[in-house]
Amino acid sequence: MIGIISYLAFFGTVASILAIAVLGLNLQWGNTGLFNGGVAAFFGAGAYGAMMLGGPADPLQFGAFELPYTIAFAGGIFLAALVAWAVGLLTLRLRHDYLAIATFGVAVALEAVARNAEWLTGGAKGMRGFPRPFEGLFEDQFTYNLAFLAFVVLILIAVYVGLERLVRSPYGRVLRAIREDEIAARSLGKNATRLRLEAFVLGSAIIGAAGVLYVSFYAFISPQDMAPILTFQIWAMLIVGGAGNNRGAVLGAFLIWGAWTSSGFLLAKFAPTAVQIYTGPIQYIMIGSVIVGMLLWRPQGLLPERIERTKTGNEAPGKTASQG
Amino acid sequence: MIQNLMDGILTGSIISLGAIGLTMVMHMLRFANFAYAELLAIGAYAALVFDRLFAALVPVMDQAFGGLSLTWSLTLATLAAMAITGLSAVLIDWAIFKRIRQKADALSMVFASFGVALIIRNVITLIFGLKAELYSNDIAFAMVLSRDPLLLIKPDQVFVLVAALVLMTIFHLVLSRTTFGFALRAVAENPALAQVAGVPLARIIIVVWMIGGAFSAAAGVFYALTNHLSPLIGHNFLLPVFAATIVGGIGSVYGALLGGFIVGIASGLALQVLPSGYSPAMPFLIILAVLLVRPQGLFGEAEQT
Repeated sequence: MIGIISYLAFFGTVASILAIAVLGLNLQWGNTGLFNGGVAAFFGAGAYGAMMLGGPADPLQFGAFELPYTIAFAGGIFLAALVAWAVGLLTLRLRHDYLAIATFGVAVALEAVARNAEWLTGGAKGMRGFPRPFEGLFEDQFTYNLAFLAFVVLILIAVYVGLERLVRSPYGRVLRAIREDEIAARSLGKNATRLRLEAFVLGSAIIGAAGVLYVSFYAFISPQDMAPILTFQIWAMLIVGGAGNNRGAVLGAFLIWGAWTSSGFLLAKFAPTAVQIYTGPIQYIMIGSVIVGMLLWRPQGLLPERIERTKTGNEAPGKTASQG
Repeated sequence: MIQNLMDGILTGSIISLGAIGLTMVMHMLRFANFAYAELLAIGAYAALVFDRLFAALVPVMDQAFGGLSLTWSLTLATLAAMAITGLSAVLIDWAIFKRIRQKADALSMVFASFGVALIIRNVITLIFGLKAELYSNDIAFAMVLSRDPLLLIKPDQVFVLVAALVLMTIFHLVLSRTTFGFALRAVAENPALAQVAGVPLARIIIVVWMIGGAFSAAAGVFYALTNHLSPLIGHNFLLPVFAATIVGGIGSVYGALLGGFIVGIASGLALQVLPSGYSPAMPFLIILAVLLVRPQGLFGEAEQT
């Protein structure tokens, strides 16, 4: 029983962390129509940023300042936002798919830095020993894991509520207006380039926060954790759940992570050994097929975006056009 | 230094071949195709299959030419692979991109191409395995051009460079001397206007996929011939071919050719200052530099949006 609860807590923690990243991507793609081809880069920037500031001191390592958790947390988010700001500044005023290419490039470049700059990132072996937050407060690992799950879920809820308020606010409406018709939004005096940059940086900061939580949970980060497949997974979660719908983003995260872990489990348990070494490729093909299949047959996802009519629209008093 | 330069020119010729089709497709269909570089992998592996097939059917063809590891069977296999890859490109467009193009915007196409790339790469991994393959297991000896500084070049590399330049020259002659070439350039410059002038756009798009696929297949084989085959060829060439198209200006075929050499040479020379582990990031730095200084690329027109 304890085993099952432990496993569920573990699953829920990872899925919630990924759901936060999906929410960040949803602000970029779902609400603003920005293509982020390097989700893993911002996730990794958050994780590495936190590790460098909060990690245990190591004479061979630059960074590892053993700073308090809150500062490490903020630092990780800041690093992710900084990378996003630099990339966004260069590409957001250009053709839309330049952002896709540049973000993809940032992921490749940061992965190369993570793999090679041993003095900074620990190289291929990564960095370990991140001091897990509030660990001293709990006696056993089991209670701690449950408490950590609660901590992650709280942050997930906070991000969800914050984003829901944001997209319903006038600010969110402007973002959607830019997504739908940039020229029209501009003609209303909206600074589209700047608003897109803001949405991009904010979304990447949220993805970075997910990276910080990831390194807080595993206390370990390596280049493997920011491999390109993470970008694909997060994208699949968003497209399955429904781009533009925050509830869909969370749902998609749990569904796809469930499918991913259970397919891995089933392959490990029932597949012959010859097939098992190809677990990765088989799962990657599944993720790719999910993305292409959804785009072909249900591009709006399981929970489509709900466009809310504002009070001043059809429901305004005196307007009876909709009633026949 | 000169060794790095030579290697850079060689890699550049491969990138150029890969970028020719990408720049045309990106301009005509207006989306960044992240699945495009997988055509190099399809081509390289298709050639491997045909090479083994031909060599098994007619063992005489398995004789290597001079100091090359190239054989008659591999030559024919490359031609077959170019056709197969061109057809695959058309097929992928028909099965996936065309359908999405009809109902969604360009960014959904970008997104779909991500998924397609992931599928192709891993299907290749499933079929051929993760380990690196070679067309020929014979050791290709390098020729010593000079001893101080030490300069080495393999006969295969010379062949690849010559073959790539021949392919580019043929393509240049087709573009500049034939009616078909004019139509192609017209579409590449301005799809809408070309259509008004009576160029059948749908047919040209198919031809462009065929050409792009064929050149990519050649690039894939050339890379595999001078290095090795791996399912990651597509992934590794994705950023370089994008960089080449952006450097040259999206839609400019000659820009892509030049861009390929620039990216190849710059990545080669960068090895002077950076450890080789960072070379995957070089194309990205080139992209950033171009976007900063001249976003439309060398030969591109400024974009309005």
